Order: sequence, then C-alpha cells, then structure tokens
Amino acid sequence: MNPWIRLILYLVFAPLAGCLLAGWDRRVSARMQSRRGPPILQPFYDVRKLWQKQNLAVCPSQNYYVLFFLVLVIFTGALFFFGSDLLLVIFALTTASIFFVMGAYKASSPFSFIGAERELIQMMAYEPMVLLTAVGMYMVTKTFYVDGIANQKGLLVLTLPGVFLGFVYMLEIKFRKSPFDLSSSHHAHQELVKGITTEFSGRTLAMIEVAHWYESVFLLGWVYLFFASSPILGVVMSLLVYGFVVLVDNVFARLKWQSALRSAWVVTAVLGVGNILVLSLWR
Amino acid sequence: MTLVLGLVLIPFLAGLVLLCLRADLPRRVVVVGVTVAVCAGSIALACVAAPVNLEGLPVSRHGIHLGMIVIEALMGLYVVYVGVRSRHYLIVALMVAQGAVMGWFEWLARGDVTADAGQALFVDKFSVVMALINGIVGGGICVFALGYMREYHTKAHREVPDRRPFFFALLLVFMGAMFGLVFANDLPWLFFFWEITTLCSFLLIGYTQTEEAKKNSLRALVMNLSGGLTFALAIVFFYHDAHSVELQKLIHSDHALALLPAALLCFAGITKAAQCPFSSWLLGAMVAPTPVSALLHSSTMVKAGVYLVLRLAPAITGTKVGLMVALVGGVTFLIGSLEAITTSEAKRVLAYSTVANLGLVVMCGGIGTSQAVWAGVLLIIFHAVAKCLLFLCVGVVEHKLHSRNIEDMSGLILYMPKVAVMMLIGMAGMSLAPFGMLISKWAALKAVVDAEPMMCVFIAFGSAATLFFWVKWMGKLVEVVRPQTPVVHEISVDESVALYGLSVATFLACLLFPVLSRQFIEPYVAGVYGQSGSLGPGNTIIMMIMMVLVMLFPFSFLSRGRGVKLVDPYLGGANVEGSPAFTGSGDAVENMTMRNYYMGGVLNELWLSRAAVAGGVALLAAMIAFGSFIL
Repeated sequence: MNPWIRLILYLVFAPLAGCLLAGWDRRVSARMQSRRGPPILQPFYDVRKLWQKQNLAVCPSQNYYVLFFLVLVIFTGALFFFGSDLLLVIFALTTASIFFVMGAYKASSPFSFIGAERELIQMMAYEPMVLLTAVGMYMVTKTFYVDGIANQKGLLVLTLPGVFLGFVYMLEIKFRKSPFDLSSSHHAHQELVKGITTEFSGRTLAMIEVAHWYESVFLLGWVYLFFASSPILGVVMSLLVYGFVVLVDNVFARLKWQSALRSAWVVTAVLGVGNILVLSLWR
Repeated sequence: MTLVLGLVLIPFLAGLVLLCLRADLPRRVVVVGVTVAVCAGSIALACVAAPVNLEGLPVSRHGIHLGMIVIEALMGLYVVYVGVRSRHYLIVALMVAQGAVMGWFEWLARGDVTADAGQALFVDKFSVVMALINGIVGGGICVFALGYMREYHTKAHREVPDRRPFFFALLLVFMGAMFGLVFANDLPWLFFFWEITTLCSFLLIGYTQTEEAKKNSLRALVMNLSGGLTFALAIVFFYHDAHSVELQKLIHSDHALALLPAALLCFAGITKAAQCPFSSWLLGAMVAPTPVSALLHSSTMVKAGVYLVLRLAPAITGTKVGLMVALVGGVTFLIGSLEAITTSEAKRVLAYSTVANLGLVVMCGGIGTSQAVWAGVLLIIFHAVAKCLLFLCVGVVEHKLHSRNIEDMSGLILYMPKVAVMMLIGMAGMSLAPFGMLISKWAALKAVVDAEPMMCVFIAFGSAATLFFWVKWMGKLVEVVRPQTPVVHEISVDESVALYGLSVATFLACLLFPVLSRQFIEPYVAGVYGQSGSLGPGNTIIMMIMMVLVMLFPFSFLSRGRGVKLVDPYLGGANVEGSPAFTGSGDAVENMTMRNYYMGGVLNELWLSRAAVAGGVALLAAMIAFGSFIL
C-alpha cells in the first residue's frame, strides 16, 4: 500500500479505532467485574462532553504542553504508519511523553507532581525494552524501517520470542494498566487522586484521551509487526494482546514503583537481552 | 601555517601578559581580545580550503624540540616538588617514571634525523571541529569568567584569596595547549601539550586552596599522570618498533606495530576523559569555580581524551583492544547515567552526565567503524556546547541562590526567567528528541548494532536513565510553587554575552547539524575510512520537520491564558488564598512541598562507583594485555 494512503488512513481512522478499543476495554472490564458496563461508544461521549466544558487550569501554560503532547503522539504514529525508521519513532514517542510530563510538572499540584515523577519512572522502566525491540527487529530484518520490517518473509515472533514477550510486558506499563497504573489510573478514589492528569480538565483532558486513542493504535500496530508476514494473524494477535492487557489489568493489584521498575528491567535483561544474545551468537 | 601557529601561541603569550596585569580593565581587554582572535582564527581555519599548508616552521624543529624538553623538565620538577610537599609519593613515583621513559626515548632518538623529518603539525576536518569548539566554547567561558570571577571574589566567596591574574593566565594557557593538542601530529609534541593540560587542570582545581580543593586536585594529578606515563610508554614503543613518532603513521600502521601503542594511548585518553576507574577526578574537580568546571567538562581536558580515542579508532577497530575500549565506554555510560539519578546537587548531576556522554564517545571510538566515528564526533560537538551552557547557568544560579541543589531551583522560571530558559535550552539539547544529543545517541545506536549488537544493551539502559534525571530537573525548573520575587539583576554583561552566545550556538548546532555533518564530519570520516556514516536518506528531513514542530512550542505562549479560568491546585483540603498551603483536618494550616525522587533505596551512589572502578580496572587490564599480545 502507498505510504501516503496508509498515513491518511491512520490519521482519520486511528481515533475511531482507539475509541472503540477503549470502549471495548471498559465493557469487558465491567463484565469481568459482573457489571453491565457503559455503551461501547462511551469514551467518545466522554470526550464530546469534556470538549464543551469550561477550561480550568492552575497555570495558564500547562495546556500547551498537552497540546504538543497530542501533536507529537499523532506525529509518532504518522511516522510509524508511513514506514519510517523505528528508532526515530521511539524517540518521537519519548519526546511526546516528555511534553505530557512537563505539563503535569507545570500544573504544580502535589498529585500531578507525583504522577509526573512516576510517569518518568514508568518511561525509564519501559524504554530499554522498547529500544531493544527495535534492535532485535533490526538484527533479524537488517533494517530499521517499518516498511522493510513489515515486508519481511517469515514470522518475526519465531526468531524474537523473548523480545515479543518483553514487549507485551512493556505494553502493560505503556497503557498504564494495573499492576503498573502508577502514574495515573482510571479510578480517582485513591491516594494518587488522578495522578498525572489531576489538574487537567475540559478540552485539555479530552486531548489527553484522544492522544491515548492514537497511541493505542500505534502500539498495537507495533505488535502487528511481529506477525506482519501473515496479516490476518497479525490483526488477531494484536487484538488478543490488547485483550490480555485488559485481563491482567483486572486481575492484578498495583505494584510499588520499586517493584515495577525492577521487574521491568529484569524482564528486559532476561527476555530482551537474552534473545538478542542468542541472535548475535547465531549470526 | 601562520593561522595554526597563531591559534596556539596567542593564548600562551596572552596568558603570560595576564600574569603581570593586576587591574581589572586591562585584563578584560586582553581576555576579550584573545577570545575574539581565537574565535575568528578558528572560523577562518574552518573556511580555508583543505589541505592546509603546513610547510615552513619559522624556527628550526630541533630548537622547538629542545625548548619543549626544557619546559617539560621544569614542569616535571614542579610536579615532583608538589608531590614531596604534599607527601604524596605516588605522584613523585609516576613523575620520575615518566621522566625516565621520556629520557629513554630521547636517548633512543639521539642523532636520529628521521624522527624529526615528518610533519609536526597536522590539520584535518576533525582538528578543525575541535579547534572550533575550543575557540568558540572555550572563548565563551573565558569571557564569562570575567564577570563571574569578579562576583566570586567580591560577593560570593570573600574568604578565597584573590589570585585572578594567575587564574586567567591559566585559562588561556589551557586553551592554547588544547589548540596545540588538536593540531599536533608529532607524538612528543602532542605529549607536551597533553602534560600542560594536566598541570593546568591541577592548578585550576586547586585554585581555592581549601583542604578539599587540594585533595581533589592531587587526585586529578595522580590519575592524569598515570595516563601521561602510558602516553610516554606508547611513544617509546612505537618509536622502537616503527622508527617514527607521527600520529598519522601510527593510525595507519598495521596491528602488529600499532596495537600496543594505540592501547596505551587509549589508556591515556581514558584517564583524561574520566572514564570508568578514573571518573572520580572529574567529580572532584567541581570544587573549583564554575568556569573551570565548564572548561574541563566541555571544551578542553576531557575532550582531549575522547579526541585521542576517536583519532585512534581506525587503529583499534575490530580488535579485542577496541572491544575493551568500547566496553569501558559502555560501562561508564550506564553507571554514570544511573549515578546522576541519585544526586540532587546540580553540578554533580552535570558531572555524571559528562562522564556518561563521554563514555558513549569512547564506546564509538572503540567500535571504530566509520558510522561509529561519525556519531562520536557529532556527540563531541553537541555535548560541548550544551554542557558548557548548563555549567555556566548553574554557576550563575549558585551565586544568586547560594545553593546548587536542584530542589532549591524549584520555580526558577519565575524569578530568574532568562537563566532558566537558557538552562532549558541546554537540557533540551541534551535530552529531547530532535535535538543534538539524541540525534547522536541514535547514530551511536545504529553504529553499534552493526558492529557489536550486545553493546546496544548499555545504550538502551543508559539512555533510559539519562531521560529520567534530565526531565525531573526540567520539571523542577518550570513548576510554580512558592511566590517568589524576581531577582532584579540576573547576570552581568560579560556573563550574559557568553550565555546568550552559547544558547545561540546550541540552537544553531541543533538546527544546522546536517550542514556540520556534511562540511566537517563526513569529509573527515570519508578521508579515513573511504566511506562515511550518515543518517538514513529521508530521516534528516523528518528530523527537520520534528525540530520545527518542537520549536513552535514557545510560540504557543503568545496566546497565554486566553479562554482559561485559573484555579488553585487540588491539595486535598481547602486551599489557603494565594499560597501553596491548605487547611487540613482540625483547621490546621498545612504547607505542601514537592521533592523529586532520587531512588535512594534502589540505587546507591557508593556501590555504583565501586562497581564502576572494579569493572574499569578489569577492562583496562584486559585492554593492555590484549594490546601486548596483539589480539
């Protein structure tokens, strides 16, 4: 497919797909807890309502950070679906997250502050594995370009099983799902309040939601890459991984940040580094 | 030729002049004059079409050689005197050993005309890059120091004896030595300048003459002397085997001749660049006034170390020696980045980050492929400008707040907006994606993955840690907690000239990096390897798009506060009007504070540094061993 078409499809349909995924997440979670759950389009209704609300802020400039967070998340996904360099995609994603964190720092309430700090810890936890995933894919396919990786013959997951498992572990952190909902969580009745998003409201909060929709689609796109030689399997597996993440969210309680960081680095060191070591010996 | 000689000699001569100038005004004239001269000189050198004509020294080679021996001997005697006076006999031993080795070399080379036949000086694109850094960044630091040192002696540190003539003389001599170092091709010449930087750094670190300063300066001296000793050994071995003392010959010799000298020179480079077992001297160097730290960390000293390692990259690439060098760099990068998380002292964080980033450069040098060297040079450039800017900003803040603790910089953007914005520019340059350091890190990762995939692990973990400590510091600067009165007079004229200049330089370096790469780095790398590294074809364009995107961010502040209703932050109680306090249970007014995480329970600075020393010693021992057996 022409990269420009892919790009446009992403820009238009990613929020839709992300919204449906989020709605599905809430529905499934509710069923797991023997509740009925909201309609599947509830995230969209939420965002529509948020958009109409008054814009409250502690600091006038905090909202700009979030605006740039949204723009950069969209940019990251655009790079990915355009078929660019995977490392560039990672760095763009990191910059986007930094803007989000800086916005929370700027808001300067203790709850958003602690959320920001913990978001940084989470970034520190998943970043090595994400980089190693790109490295692993490079070692198998000899290219960092998403295009090239997607056109690889043979399932990547077969040569990169450790990297794949490690990556799924990091998705759990990236989606801020339990046991790694350290920086913010869906439930505002706890010591964190809403963590990193505490001081954002109205349109700004809506932007954060939309950014998450884009982000989810892009991350599942990355899962797809592991199975890219067989597109149907790829789509199915991405959805299954998403389902798994939701399941884990409902099964586990939150970890302390120390254990989250340690476990993430241990997983990276064992699964990610182990896999790459095997590959480099094999060459 | 005149240009190159001028760049080396003008700072030296001006330094001597400064030694005799007590008054403030003439000193300013001289320092500013020299800075303008070296900046103009290095830029002119950059514009001269290659190859630069280096024929015809005005004086005979032999005479210069003798002069250098005399000065070296005098410096040696002084170092021995320092060692005896402070009862630090390791210094004496190292110096005597070094003197003996150099004496041996002179004896070997006696009456040998071929030793003096080659080119003494050498200019290529890499030396030009280093000269530009030294001229512009180093010059900026000297100008900054004018304003800074005045405040240092009249307000902030009255207890320290005012020895400014000596101080500025040393700064300029240091700069001159650095110019000499990057242009030297003759190894004894290189060694001469190398030893001058060692001695200057010792004197500058000990400037305040407090107990701590004396102790740290001696430590720096010991470590750098050990590097000097291996440097001297490298000269002797190479001369003995190859009958030449030219750096260019060494680089292009085959492994049988060059590997051991190259390993020894890498050892010297690693000591100077404050890599793993030796990183403590650079951390100790922070007792000196800020311009000294900035000079050591950004344009001179440590850059001399990585310069040498990168220069030698072609000689060690693909060998076990190269692998060990790369591992030393990798370990240093990882541990340095982790250590930077654990401390809240601003200068210490910067120092650890320097150590870490130089580790990355050393790693590139050890890998030594064309792509890696390309990334390494890029790293040197970006690190020099951004780190210098950060050090100078911290120096200014320290004078106003009387603290270098990051926690005390909370909300700096409100009461010292100019300095805070410049700091943010520096940090963005160090850590944010489309800008300098991240581009270089990316390039380094690409280079490493082709040569030694396992080394990626160091970069992956290390860069995650880097991100953490930079962003939490940036967050501290922008947060708004205490109502603060703005500092009225933020910076003096000299300081602001230097700071604005460096901010612009950081900005331009990031923006113009494709030009820098095409004009300087790629020709150098292509000249050595026959091919050059670069980013992928479309990537530069994407990077530019992203850079423009991020640079639009400050413009969003133009519509500041439009359509937004301001409220107090949520504190879990009733907010007290106009202050960060709240009324908690029982009508008690509680204050709120916010402190960053330093991960004390997970990371321990002491253990980390011990691990670094142990790892570094083992790796260096292995490196020398591999060098001797030519593996």
